[in-house]
Amino acid sequence: MPLLELKDVEARYGAIRALHGVSLAVDEGEVVSLLGANGAGKTTTLRAISGAVRKTGDVTFDGRSIARHAPEAVARLGVAHVPEGRGLFGELTVWDNLRMGAYVRGERKTFKQEAPRVLGYFPWLEARKNQQAGTLSGGEQQMLSLARALVSRPRLLMLDEPSLGLAPTVVRELFGIVKHLNAEEGLSVLVVEQNANVALDASARAYVLEVGKVAVSGTSDELRRHEGVRKSYLGY
Amino acid sequence: MAEFLQQVVSGLASGAIYASLALALVLIYRATDVVNFSQGEMATFTTFVAWSLMNNGLSYWPAFALTLAFAFFGGVAVERIVIRPVEHRPEIVIVIVTIGLLIAINGLVGWIWGGETKTFESPFPNRTFDIGGVTMSVQDIGTLGVCLVTVLVLWTFFRFTTIGLAMRSSAVNPAASRLLGVRVGWMLAIGWGFAAVLGAVAGMMAAPTVFLDPSMMLIILIYAFAAAVLGGIDSPIGAVVGGLLLGVIVNVLGAYVVPAELRLPTALAILLLVLLIRPQGLFGHLAVRRV
Repeated sequence: MPLLELKDVEARYGAIRALHGVSLAVDEGEVVSLLGANGAGKTTTLRAISGAVRKTGDVTFDGRSIARHAPEAVARLGVAHVPEGRGLFGELTVWDNLRMGAYVRGERKTFKQEAPRVLGYFPWLEARKNQQAGTLSGGEQQMLSLARALVSRPRLLMLDEPSLGLAPTVVRELFGIVKHLNAEEGLSVLVVEQNANVALDASARAYVLEVGKVAVSGTSDELRRHEGVRKSYLGY
Repeated sequence: MAEFLQQVVSGLASGAIYASLALALVLIYRATDVVNFSQGEMATFTTFVAWSLMNNGLSYWPAFALTLAFAFFGGVAVERIVIRPVEHRPEIVIVIVTIGLLIAINGLVGWIWGGETKTFESPFPNRTFDIGGVTMSVQDIGTLGVCLVTVLVLWTFFRFTTIGLAMRSSAVNPAASRLLGVRVGWMLAIGWGFAAVLGAVAGMMAAPTVFLDPSMMLIILIYAFAAAVLGGIDSPIGAVVGGLLLGVIVNVLGAYVVPAELRLPTALAILLLVLLIRPQGLFGHLAVRRV
């Protein structure tokens, strides 16, 4: 049984239909990427999973339907969604942002338990703890957002275009951490990316969305060899 | 000089009342993005509740504490019942709803307690004392103390508790807060509860001097608006500093420069000046909107 499964999910913003029946699955301990051009419905798919957008069709997490759940209820089940634009609290300190990651599971106790583990990946956060999150650089903000998601010790981590606007070295570092988390802690990850090369390197399987539908899917190796995918998304 | 300092102290006392109500406005503005026009009437209602409690034999401080509890739950209820249905509507809709609340609560107060002016007991003795030649009234110092303690308690709550943190995060980024498991709707409601508590404190501190009647908070609400704008409508610290500053400025100007009758127009002139020269106020942020 997959950890996360979408069956025929449709979503619309007002009159505009954004998803035309998306079906996909993420197994426990798997890194899956969701590729596609701008406007293909990648972000909407994540928002549909976390309950931030209304949809029809079914979404199950760990065997139970979460299709009618509000975002806060989905979060409580252990889905950490690092949204488009990172979703930081710019006026709050780095530390307060991190603490909010623990909120879903009882802030004080969870934070005490999980902070040392997370700071192991991002040791520089401690020195910047009293800085306003909004004054961090783009890369640092992305790292903070990932760190905040990890503090909740999620069962499924969803990343929305983590590489957007970041320098290649930062992107490598970030995906290195994701790969490490997957290998060492068995964390399941669903990552949305426009940067298909980076995403396929980090993931075992991938789906390609085109105009609100899954157009191609398979293992990352299969997709690298797929001619259409190569031409449209990998650029060679 | 001594007389000037006296004016400053009594200005600080009325300023503390403006500050409390201004802080209530700022709390709701940060959480709901609108100015709550019914903040003054909510305060009036709770002050009348305190009056009824005392009229039925309760002594001052128990009545005070009960009133704060009533204000908190009343504020939460107003948000859940009246504001929540229009939560996602354009701001103008919510503003109109708060104006409707103003009228409704005002009518309700008149209906329950009648329109005539009542006297409201003060917890402080009607005495004065001297510090270095400056005469201060116990009433003024007490008012200042109660308001500042309330603000301090709230600040401690926001700064050091998990719910306080979640309320701050909900105000800054509600969508991201929901993704982290925060029930943002309830955070808004608690914010309304705290705002109502601040209003109740302001009302009970003001009532002994302005007397109790259904429109007692009208003028004070205007001062509070001016104070919130002076400090920055999105800044809690600004509301407190703005309130105290406005109280002192208006009192001193009223004593030496303009006739006392022109205190309110003076406050409005300050409001106008701030909006023209520094619209974000002393501590506020300029709203930057990408188009």
